[in-house]
Amino acid sequence: MKYLCLVYLESGKLHAVADRECLACGDGLRKSGMLLAAEPLYPVETATTVRVRNGAVSVTDGPFAETKEQLAGFYLIDARDLNEAIQVAAKIPPAREGSVEVRPVRELNP
Amino acid sequence: MMRLVAVAATESVLETVNAVYVSESRRVLATLIRLLGDFDAAEEALHDAFRAALEQWPRDGVPSNPRSWLVSAGRFKAIDGLRRQKRFDPLDEAGAAADIAVEPEVWSGDESVEDDRLRLIFTCCHPALAADAQVALTLREVCGLRTEEIANAFLTPAPTLAQRIVRAKAKIRDAKIPYQVPAREELAERLDTVLRVIYLVFNEGYAASSGSTVTRRDLSGEAIRLGRLLVDLLPEPEAMGLLALMLLHDSRRAARTSADGDVVLLDDQDRSLWDREQIGEGLRLVRQALSSQRFGAYTIQAAIAAVHADAREASATDWGEIVGLYDVLLRLNPSPVVELNRAVAVAMRDGPEAGLALVDAILARGDLGDYRLAHAARAELCRRLGRTSDARASFERALTLTRQEPERRLLERRLAELSK
Repeated sequence: MKYLCLVYLESGKLHAVADRECLACGDGLRKSGMLLAAEPLYPVETATTVRVRNGAVSVTDGPFAETKEQLAGFYLIDARDLNEAIQVAAKIPPAREGSVEVRPVRELNP
Repeated sequence: MMRLVAVAATESVLETVNAVYVSESRRVLATLIRLLGDFDAAEEALHDAFRAALEQWPRDGVPSNPRSWLVSAGRFKAIDGLRRQKRFDPLDEAGAAADIAVEPEVWSGDESVEDDRLRLIFTCCHPALAADAQVALTLREVCGLRTEEIANAFLTPAPTLAQRIVRAKAKIRDAKIPYQVPAREELAERLDTVLRVIYLVFNEGYAASSGSTVTRRDLSGEAIRLGRLLVDLLPEPEAMGLLALMLLHDSRRAARTSADGDVVLLDDQDRSLWDREQIGEGLRLVRQALSSQRFGAYTIQAAIAAVHADAREASATDWGEIVGLYDVLLRLNPSPVVELNRAVAVAMRDGPEAGLALVDAILARGDLGDYRLAHAARAELCRRLGRTSDARASFERALTLTRQEPERRLLERRLAELSK
């Protein structure tokens, strides 16, 4: 079962965890065969939101952030069940500084 | 004549089916959830199995192992239903009426069935579910209460409660919360959640003072049953401690309220009304939990309740022992409420002045400023010291904070007594 672990951090804490540590975490997960993808993101100020309404594309600056925490990166993992996914999420280093949202990945209906 | 005999036989079989439903339906459900991997499918299969029992048992006799018969029947019906759905077959009357062939009991040996009940408890109390959903799901799936019963007991609209249960089941299915007893290294933490759910159910019933008291009171009984089940399945010291705590508190039930529904405080209770059998069971469990050396906060609270239970009259209470136990509890579980309770025990041991100093210190820190019992405790201590106007002010503050009717009456009574 695939789970997307979304890493959320307050703006001030985006660099609270050293890249080195995140690289090591990714390497460990890759070796265990559970990692499908993992990437950190630039801060939310660099974001662009795209919408299509009535066939017209609208492009705006950033999302409207309602909370102090912003999406800082993600890990797409393959885990046996939610318990295993929670164990992995707890080992993602920024979990100490912010939070990790664990979402099961849905299959699209053909 | 023959016909009459047959009717009588049928009636006794129906009684048997009912009795089996009461004693076995939760076990059968727990196993069906494992076999079918889905709560809703298992519930439907459970009903199908009992429907089949109602048809077949009067004719063929009650099977020697009703539980494994029901598990087989439920599983058969569910798989049959799935097959039919997949093939888009119209409902085949002959197939639906086909008798259940009881398969060997590979999946319903006693041990795996008991494991299934634990799996069910831990899944319903999974920390990834919302706290109120854990409570609702546990009462529904483990205790077998109907949604309306739970809604009544928690003074929640039934649709809200049903929604909670639906959401929780969907999360179990979609996020794939596994149906398992947690591994050793996770057990302590996961057990905490289960104990919290049970204690919450107990307190909801114990503190019942609004709404329909009778149904809410049943919650305490339900919590005690759950606690017993847990101790049977997983005899961990804290599970024993919680069961002991509930039994000891519940043993005072008859003495806690007067005939008019007024609160009777511990000091004024008629101790001959205390349930000695429950106290005996509670005391045994406390001793057992304490001797394990692996106990926690529930066991200490049970030990405190045990000291009260040991005292034949209020004046015989060993307050020194109780203060000592609160000291241990504060180390395990530091909280202003525990501090407040300790302060009251200190007042009983060393006099109201010593207790009042501690209560005032807690309030001065800004903790418990909105906690009615802190002001009620302060009022009592001031009253005992003859500081009537301070006592009045604190009783009045407590009154503005209370939302429970019998408690309000008690505070008003105390206030009136001050003016005498």
